[in-house]
Amino acid sequence: MDRIELIWMGVKIGAVVFTMLSSVPVMVWVERRGSALMQNRLGPNRVGPLGILQAPVDVVKLLFKEDFIPAHVEKVIFVLAPAVLLIPAFMTFAVVPFAGDIAIDGKALHAQIADLDVGILYVLAISSLGVYGIIMAGWASNNKYSMIGSLRSSAQMISYELSLGLSVLGMIMMAESIHLRDIVAAQSGHIFGFLPRWGVFTQPIGFIVFLTASFAETNRLPFDLPEGESEIVAGYHTEYGAMKFALFFMAEYMNMLVASALISTLFFGGFQLLPGMGRLIDPTGALIAKFFTAGNPADWGRLALEAVSFSIKVGFFMWFFVWVRWTLPRFRYDQLMNLGWKVLFPLSLANLVVTAALMYLRVI
Amino acid sequence: MKTDATHYGGHQDESDEIYEDSKVYMNIGPSHPATHGTLRVMVRLSGETIEKSISEMGYLHRGKEKIGENVTYHKFRPHTDRMNYCSSLANNVAYDMAIERVMGLEVPERTRYIRTICVEISRIIDHLICVGINAVDLGAFSFFLYGFHQREEAYTLIEMLCGARLTTTYTRVGGLGWEPPPEFLPALIKWLDGFEPVVAEMDKLLTDNKIWVDRTKGVGAFTREEALAYSFTGPCARASNVNIDLRRDQPDPLLKYGELDFEVPLGKNGDVYDRYLVRMEELRQSARMLRQLAAKCPDEGPIWVDDKRVVIPPKDRVYNSMEAMIHHFKFFMEGFDVPPGEAYTCIEGPNGELGFYVISKGGPMAWRMRVRAPSFWMYQGLDPMIKGEKIADLVASLGSINVIAGELDR
Repeated sequence: MDRIELIWMGVKIGAVVFTMLSSVPVMVWVERRGSALMQNRLGPNRVGPLGILQAPVDVVKLLFKEDFIPAHVEKVIFVLAPAVLLIPAFMTFAVVPFAGDIAIDGKALHAQIADLDVGILYVLAISSLGVYGIIMAGWASNNKYSMIGSLRSSAQMISYELSLGLSVLGMIMMAESIHLRDIVAAQSGHIFGFLPRWGVFTQPIGFIVFLTASFAETNRLPFDLPEGESEIVAGYHTEYGAMKFALFFMAEYMNMLVASALISTLFFGGFQLLPGMGRLIDPTGALIAKFFTAGNPADWGRLALEAVSFSIKVGFFMWFFVWVRWTLPRFRYDQLMNLGWKVLFPLSLANLVVTAALMYLRVI
Repeated sequence: MKTDATHYGGHQDESDEIYEDSKVYMNIGPSHPATHGTLRVMVRLSGETIEKSISEMGYLHRGKEKIGENVTYHKFRPHTDRMNYCSSLANNVAYDMAIERVMGLEVPERTRYIRTICVEISRIIDHLICVGINAVDLGAFSFFLYGFHQREEAYTLIEMLCGARLTTTYTRVGGLGWEPPPEFLPALIKWLDGFEPVVAEMDKLLTDNKIWVDRTKGVGAFTREEALAYSFTGPCARASNVNIDLRRDQPDPLLKYGELDFEVPLGKNGDVYDRYLVRMEELRQSARMLRQLAAKCPDEGPIWVDDKRVVIPPKDRVYNSMEAMIHHFKFFMEGFDVPPGEAYTCIEGPNGELGFYVISKGGPMAWRMRVRAPSFWMYQGLDPMIKGEKIADLVASLGSINVIAGELDR
């Protein structure tokens, strides 16, 4: 690995980690102001302009609160659990490509932290690790509400992981690759001459199943049974306070971010430019060329716009998560199971079979 | 997880026995987000299914009825505010009507209209809270806040009447605490104009929502027979297809329901969904009644009954005549005499039949004060209602019967 690659790797990791960490307070603010907008309220508006500093101030409060550990808990696991939940959420993002390639000194550099051969399989494997954090938290808390919450979580995870994996298979078959970059590349071009060849148009059922399952995976309403506020108090994190609670909170938003990134990558053309953005490449490149020169300015312009385009798509789905949360009521445990096993699972299987048949007949 | 049977009180008899080996027991309450107020339900679980439950009350018992026998009649009125604190005006009205019945007083026309308006406003407030909180428990938070905004506006109306928002103490024996300001009725109409579209919006948001219907249909169902056996009244009874409504069946001449045109909604299955539908329809019907009342209510006219025993002498007479001064002093220091007798009045409160039973043996204090609070009867029905249901259904059922702890325990 030479110098350029090393610098590029440093820049990528720095940018992704910084963006992920800073997206949490921003999302908290968006969620609170957004829900206020939907509910004829004001939301936080006192700290900073439009209350934008509310989230950082909350973080400061949580940092300075006493790190209390109740006497009846299993200490080691209790302390470990929030980290076990948070770290996989971070790790998943490693394989998500957030922009296209760029060539510097004849080397093709990927805007993706790790270009793993297992690609999407890595995402599915790592994202299901998070549930261990919830189970550990529930078990270590030694509290019935927490226990029920974590049991719900594990049942939910098993039911929805399958549909989640199967719904992606259709996309993998069409792209003939499990590399996320290849899946993005397979979504370039148009169908019927005007519609972008995005997964959402070529695999609509796969998209709906994936979207629903990712709501269940992120434990957001209408699938927030593991927390089940008002039924089991706060579910698996009933006994947690201060920064340990904040880690659970962060993990929820991280999972949201990862889920939104995956939805965009798999079904919305990933980092591909939004329609009409192509004409901005040259001006953006020229702008970037004023600051530094390496490689082709137009390539840098494309890269920057691709990152912006990806962020817009991700941002939309983050907002979608917020939107749904403040609109729908919560499912009941057995209804959730029914939906997972009796609706989504057969649906994703049928989608797989139909996709395979159509591909065999060379229709798509 | 270890559960020690001795933790559960020490006073249960055999029939109340809930403990069995190797089962999970869970406490819902007394301090739990699902219990609005301090209630406690002890449940025995099999997975998430409730095998058996024991609901307990008394955590908010303040001896209100006994207080009623130890303070003068007008000192007890603030205590009635604190029974069903979601609809304190209805309590005030029912309480004063009981004493007026013992004394044989008949309040003037205008007071009757205003009291009816008060009861209907408090019904709207109570129903908004009930359906809203029920939705919050099932995760639909926005729905709740839509209603809550209108509820705050309604409290602003009440504030115009008596200066207080929650604990009103508005009515008096033989009249009203204050004359309603001239802008009250126009403000009421203006509020109704804003309120009715919000109900329609709330209806659109939740009534046909698949998740909401799945969560509430068939949950906590009570048949007609069960509802009768448990003496359900009010919206919960009507949801179980028991066709009772005191406003229609016993229109008290001292309230104006006899003159109003309204419908009584009826449910079929008596489940949470039907209770929700009945309450939503009653919101619309109450708004309809309020419009009729506002049109009919006279702007001028006496609000006090013409009886020196209960009317406070006017201030200029108090300051300028010895007799009025003494009267004023004795009225506030000793209270007024109520002749021996007894009376029970019941009105259709927001939750059901709200009754006050007063026995007087003369003197300024009641000899016996008894409150028939509808929540008490509803809460008895909780255990059979949730048997064999899920924990999440317990929360839905508890919210839908609208148990107000202050009224339940008194």
